[in-house]
Amino acid sequence: MRQLALDALELAKGRGVQYADVRVVESETQDLSTRNGRVSQVTGSDSTGIGIRILAEGAWGFAATDDLSRDGIDKAVFKARAIAKASAMAKLGDVVLAPEQSWTAEWDSPCAVDPFRISVQKKLDYLLKVDEALRSNKAVTLTETSFHGTRTRQWFANSEGSVIGQTRTVTGAGCACYVFKDGDLQKRSYPNSFGGQYQLKGWELIDEIDMLRRAPSLAEEAAMLHAADPCPAGEHPLILDSSQLGLQIHESIGHPIELDRVLGSEANYAGMSFLTLDQLRRLRYGSPMVHVVSDATIAHGPGLGTFAFDDEGVPAQRTDIIREGLFTGYLTSRESAGAIGENRSNGCMRAADWDRLPLIRMTNTSLEPGAQTLDEVFDVPHGIYMETNKSWSIDDKRYNFQFGCEAAWEIRDGRRVRMLKNPVYSGISTEFWNVCEAIANRDHWTLWGVPNCGKGQPEQVMGTGHGASPSRFRGIQTGAL
Amino acid sequence: MIDESNARAWFDWALHEARKHGVGDVEMSLHASESALTRFANNTIHQNVSDESGAASIRVAIGKRTARVSTNRLDEASLRRATAQAIDLARANEEDPGLPPMAPPEAIAPGERWDAETAALSAEARAGAVREAIGAIGGSAAGIYSNERSTQFLLNSNGVFARHDETGATFSVTATASDSSGWAKASAVRAGDIDTLALARSASEKAALSKAPRRMDPGVYRVILEPAAVLDLVGQIFGDCSATALDEERSFLNGRFDERIFGSNITIRDDVRHPLQDGAPFDGEGVARRALTLFENGYPREMPYSRSAALRAGRPATGHGYALPNDVGESPVNVVIEGGSSTMPELMAKLGRGILVTRLWYIREVDPFRKVMTGMTRDGTFFVDGGEIQHGVRNFRFNVSVVDLLNAVEAMTAPGRASGEESFDMVVPAMLVGEFPFTEVTMF
Repeated sequence: MRQLALDALELAKGRGVQYADVRVVESETQDLSTRNGRVSQVTGSDSTGIGIRILAEGAWGFAATDDLSRDGIDKAVFKARAIAKASAMAKLGDVVLAPEQSWTAEWDSPCAVDPFRISVQKKLDYLLKVDEALRSNKAVTLTETSFHGTRTRQWFANSEGSVIGQTRTVTGAGCACYVFKDGDLQKRSYPNSFGGQYQLKGWELIDEIDMLRRAPSLAEEAAMLHAADPCPAGEHPLILDSSQLGLQIHESIGHPIELDRVLGSEANYAGMSFLTLDQLRRLRYGSPMVHVVSDATIAHGPGLGTFAFDDEGVPAQRTDIIREGLFTGYLTSRESAGAIGENRSNGCMRAADWDRLPLIRMTNTSLEPGAQTLDEVFDVPHGIYMETNKSWSIDDKRYNFQFGCEAAWEIRDGRRVRMLKNPVYSGISTEFWNVCEAIANRDHWTLWGVPNCGKGQPEQVMGTGHGASPSRFRGIQTGAL
Repeated sequence: MIDESNARAWFDWALHEARKHGVGDVEMSLHASESALTRFANNTIHQNVSDESGAASIRVAIGKRTARVSTNRLDEASLRRATAQAIDLARANEEDPGLPPMAPPEAIAPGERWDAETAALSAEARAGAVREAIGAIGGSAAGIYSNERSTQFLLNSNGVFARHDETGATFSVTATASDSSGWAKASAVRAGDIDTLALARSASEKAALSKAPRRMDPGVYRVILEPAAVLDLVGQIFGDCSATALDEERSFLNGRFDERIFGSNITIRDDVRHPLQDGAPFDGEGVARRALTLFENGYPREMPYSRSAALRAGRPATGHGYALPNDVGESPVNVVIEGGSSTMPELMAKLGRGILVTRLWYIREVDPFRKVMTGMTRDGTFFVDGGEIQHGVRNFRFNVSVVDLLNAVEAMTAPGRASGEESFDMVVPAMLVGEFPFTEVTMF
């Protein structure tokens, strides 16, 4: 693969380019799932291809192919060069890249137990046991369990001399149960909804999340939701579990700080951002206890946004996004960094696969742990605690959001006193973060994986990481839908 | 691109490999495509891409056990390896008593979905159209112009051999002014059917009409949903229109199948042969797609049945199943909502006083049984009075039951092909809805 990348780069350099980079990517995946005690999916796949990005005549061209013969790659190089020429037909100025030194490196993500070495039989046996445990509650009408494993090997080379190999192993798993009764469908999921937890780990993740232990109480909660009262409407202190807060960070901080979105690149599709350039280092984006970072380094943890180098060959970095409540940073690329006066990208260009162009994407956008114990976070005379995302929606500039959760509880004097169903909460991004009044400490901090973040045209689905611990927000609009 | 002779040769390799392992039931789907997309923003092309790929997906069945392995390495050794891997996975799998045997062959008329000019549309031609569109927009233009050609085959050891060739093009444009925006989009099998300049002018006009948007209070309004808004919202129900979803009690139709569930003016069909539709005339197992009347005058009528669901129910499959094994069973994918006879100006006149919605955004399900969806308006939301646009309004959040919505449709235009971002392309009308609940207002 390394030699293939270098050979393709030489072909590109021979086409009269200002800059070129190539990525050869090889991936393998496995997906297993069960429904109602039966195996529903047993699939594997592999994919290999090359993406070639060329800057010529001041404009970009990109072509990708899975024909890895010399002719196939030469044809793709020719096409990328021709596309750059066509792009120049409608350009206002030349693309300028922030400088970056050349790197030679190889990096493998940590993986204690290779998920591809665990037999399919063992994985299915485990999922079926979890499925059975969920169905031990007779009220349950549908159960789901799933396992996902991906290994991606990539070689990157660019015309400035960088040659970088990276291998990333991702494991994900989750379970869910539904109870349909009297025209009402309730659901509980663990450890998170929409597929569970995903991290840059191996099979050890499955041991850590221990779905089998949680399954009986999860099913009981799904059944109990039918008898629960609707979440009351009004303004309340709101406590969010760390998984829901992870998605709140993703939508109301992570997307607005993407500098390409701010500059208008996504105006037709994913939208723009309220974080216009004049807000940098001026906007009060949170209460003084709110510290948010974008951190792709392994020191931050095994998140879906963890790597050694981004897909422009820029090393993983940690950037302050919100420091003591003040907005301090965007996610940038080599092309966009200059727009905010930076002379270097902070390393956020990521491509979903060999056939996709790198875009500015979240890495791990995380809320730093606070100083409170969990008891202190819950210590309110009266409030609402919500857990596990059910629905999420935010406007195309990322101001107005509404989230629904699977379950909620009324809190009286720091204790859960009754379960509540169909909870939703809504607000405006900056107003929400400005009323953050308690953040649990590192003992309760989890680095959640969001495996399904969509952006770009053609759409790219990317995994991002979000660290959070349970936190409390003052005077949030809640209700039931 | 894959042709018939290499499709047959590759299948033979897989079948031979399977028989070496004592396995006779093999299914292979092949897909090859070449697609290109020119993306522009801030009045310049900023991304411009092309990709070419092919892939084989091999399923084996060993008695009642099955598994699938996919690869984009299409040489003999790789296809044999993928087949062997599928056999290993199937042997490790549990038995599924409901697994149907490989589908039998049937005569399937080809779909007419190929246009040579669209297949050959060049980067220069796309850039030229983009440059012209940018020139037609007063403010800042952003959007895409894409084209694609694809070929797929489905073969199995029972004699199924199905082929589908298709082209497609999409043009989408957003015009942004200082405090407003407008949007337009179209897709078609033939790029020549898309008037890119007219779309750009429409987006530009909407941006101009919605300048200086005023805040209106949230509440229940009379609303016109343009076709893209209709498909993005109504499109959220079709995953439930499935025999498997009903079996698993995860459909909003559970317990309501004999009721009139929508207004008597709502008839929805699934018809792959509709002239404005796209897609293959066969499903993931090679079964011919039958036309279905999903809802007739508001009543649920015919649901899609995959072969597995059909086996359970003792009835014929309808040709809407996904490739096995899968988690969802089947669903409609060629939706046609019968409209009415109103023109758009007539719809505006009937609206009287209300809101005109161009496009919706970030739609998510809040309640799965009542089909309550939340989302936002975007890129052209207007206050209408006396049948005329009065001014733009700040974008609203809605929380609306699609069931309630389809009971409140007062008038419709004739249906046309529409394209949004939250659901798949459909043939739908614009709808005048008597009651539509907007629950919040955003900042712009």
